[in-house]
Amino acid sequence: MSSTEPLISLKDVEVHFKESGGTFDFFSEPETVHAVDGVSLDIEENDVVCLVGESGCGKTTLGKTAIGLQRPTGGSVSYRGQDIWQAKDKKGDVEVPYGDIRRALQIIHQDPGSSLNPNRRVMKTLEAPLRRWQKDMSAGDRRAQVLQMLERVGMTPAEDYASRYPHQLSGGEKQRVALVRALLMDPDVILADEAISALDVSLRVEMMDLMLELQDQFDTSFVAVSHDLSNARYFAAHGGGRIGVMYLGRLVEIGPAEEIINNPKHPYTKVLRWATPNLKEEASGEPPVRAIDIPDPKNPPAGCRFHTRCPEAREACRGETPESYQVDADHEVACFRELDDHEYWSSPELAGEGPGNEGEQSSAD
Amino acid sequence: MSTHEPTRTNDARTHEVADPILEIRDAEVVFEMDRGVSRVLDNVSIDIERGEVLGIVGESGSGKSMLASAMLDAVVDPGILSGEITFHPPDGEPVDVLAQDQEGIRELRWEDISMVFQGAMSSFNPTMKVGGHFEETLKAHEYDVEAGMERARELLADLYLEPDRVLDSFAHELSGGMQQRALIALSLVLEPDVLVMDEPTAALDLLMQRSILALLEELKAKYDLTLVFITHDLPLIAELADRLAVMYAFELVEVADSDSILSRAVHPYTRSLLNATPNLDAPLSEMRPIEGSAPDPVNVPEGCSYHPRCPLADEECVSQDPGFRPTHTEDHLAACFHWEEASEAIPFNIEREVNDE
Ligand SMILES: Nc1ncnc2c1ncn2[C@@H]1O[C@H](COP(=O)(O)OP(=O)(O)O)[C@@H](O)[C@H]1O
Ligand code: SF4
Ligand code: SF4
Ligand SMILES: [Mg+2]
Repeated sequence: MSSTEPLISLKDVEVHFKESGGTFDFFSEPETVHAVDGVSLDIEENDVVCLVGESGCGKTTLGKTAIGLQRPTGGSVSYRGQDIWQAKDKKGDVEVPYGDIRRALQIIHQDPGSSLNPNRRVMKTLEAPLRRWQKDMSAGDRRAQVLQMLERVGMTPAEDYASRYPHQLSGGEKQRVALVRALLMDPDVILADEAISALDVSLRVEMMDLMLELQDQFDTSFVAVSHDLSNARYFAAHGGGRIGVMYLGRLVEIGPAEEIINNPKHPYTKVLRWATPNLKEEASGEPPVRAIDIPDPKNPPAGCRFHTRCPEAREACRGETPESYQVDADHEVACFRELDDHEYWSSPELAGEGPGNEGEQSSAD
Repeated sequence: MSTHEPTRTNDARTHEVADPILEIRDAEVVFEMDRGVSRVLDNVSIDIERGEVLGIVGESGSGKSMLASAMLDAVVDPGILSGEITFHPPDGEPVDVLAQDQEGIRELRWEDISMVFQGAMSSFNPTMKVGGHFEETLKAHEYDVEAGMERARELLADLYLEPDRVLDSFAHELSGGMQQRALIALSLVLEPDVLVMDEPTAALDLLMQRSILALLEELKAKYDLTLVFITHDLPLIAELADRLAVMYAFELVEVADSDSILSRAVHPYTRSLLNATPNLDAPLSEMRPIEGSAPDPVNVPEGCSYHPRCPLADEECVSQDPGFRPTHTEDHLAACFHWEEASEAIPFNIEREVNDE
């Protein structure tokens, strides 16, 4: 292992889920959900990557794959150069044991309420990771460390909070407990899955500031999943990181946070920008998509997956799948419009009907 | 006025809207709890104008849902609701909502004032097709089912759904965004005049939320609706809403048309809330959280309930209740003694045009 090795490296990752048909559908072939396709991404130490996109576009699956909670059906995921799943399966020369990898990669869930045991006091919940990973720590030290971390995240008096049950905490407080629990493992990467959008608008900046402070202090990298570009901007830009835009299993644009916000290249990124409310009293008009609903990931459109909704789609987008093209040093985008000489420019536009469902005209009228 | 007035009149009555469809007067909800009396809605008064979109904004636990349930006398037990709620139908006599018997309330809900509650996606019965819900609702209210289903189809199509497919599906076979749109169609099938929505889109991604808001705007125009939209997310609703009513600690603290709120809010809480909101335009270093936290309903601070968090608070604020008052204009109401100093003390982190008139 060399020190230049990225912390996490995803190479051409694919995650397909086999799903059987409906409950009464015994005869049809199981269908395949294309959750993630062809994604390559490196996460460095002390890095921040925010994945944005609509529900069902594969953000969480990609995030879980990056931290070794989801086995990819294709491609590879490695931690400091060690293939995570070879470590798990004890295949080849395993330099970093799977147990160490698991501990180094932690997650905070979207709904902090459901991830905390309702019958356990905060202290007990937070002692558990220390018991498990630091077996020789004394009970007194353990409690002291938990209290110190609670104080660190602003939950004072810490003794009071430590003795509460989850139902005695507000949403923001539950989220902090989940953050402390993850941090007590001293992880290298924390996946925060919609951990911010679950909070009230007025509490989001505070929570993100806290996470960023801890990133600095504990050298933790964050992979944050969000459907909200405002949160992604704040978090990634402050953390000196990148925003990755996902659409139907593919990473369609990635780059430095402010670059993605101020100079978005992919038509889908522009749609997400439209969807982000501004506080400037500018009328935003109709959604700039040709269909409101995202297509079924069991049957993703051929060619560019966005072609059924893309306002810029042309005939060429139906047949061929765009690769990632370099815009700038760290800015990549998967759209033919980045290539001046692509046949896209000479092919006819796809019918420009207004928003509808799944790209079809509504049947009733 | 006594300095220790126990309850406050948070009176938006001074905002005489020309043609109110709902008048809410001194609405109060209390729960008797072991810890003491919990006043989760504290003398709220506001008029809702026929045909407007009113956005009710406040953080979690500020009492937004209580206000919504008060409008339909739907406060959960053992909460006690008092005050006056008057509904003015398009034609006919005003209806005293809180004086209705069960049958009267049952008719009023759905037929006149329809409600999409928080977390309502789970309100579809998982063993009944979506179409069954429409039929049941029509039958329960003795509407003509055939004509009603025609209307259901039209509503679904208005919401960019395929009517046949959706009516013939179980809720779980639809995406979250489709379920929510089907629910909005269902809530409109009995042709109500008012649609009250409590955080209707909070569980959806932002693109779907914004798309639904764009559709609501069209529905409102087509069916002559009055919309009350409740959310913690001020920026989300600012564009659709004609007026915004900001709640803090179980009371209204500022009511004005949306542009006025965005360009020159006068309540320190509203201004800080706007500055605390992540967005794409403000400089990153200028977004900052509001210090402190909102009060517990059994223990609301005396005087102005925002005073422990307010940078402008002085002795008057600690001991006296500011009460609602007109500010820049007769229609821009706020409960603050020092509203004239707020814009200088708490500058916005984004410049916004003041578009007068
Ligand atoms: N059934 C109940 N019994 C007692 N208190 C309640 C009950 N439901 C809600 N509350 C309290 O009422 C206050 C206002 O709640 P709510 O109207 O739901 O706020 P919002 O909708 O703004 O989040 C909160 O302090 C909440 O804890
Ligand atoms: S490749 Fe075509 S369909 Fe895809 S995003 Fe670009 S213009 Fe749109
Ligand atoms: S009345 Fe006083 S404490 Fe209350 S908001 Fe105004 S200045 Fe602040
Ligand atoms: Mg609520």
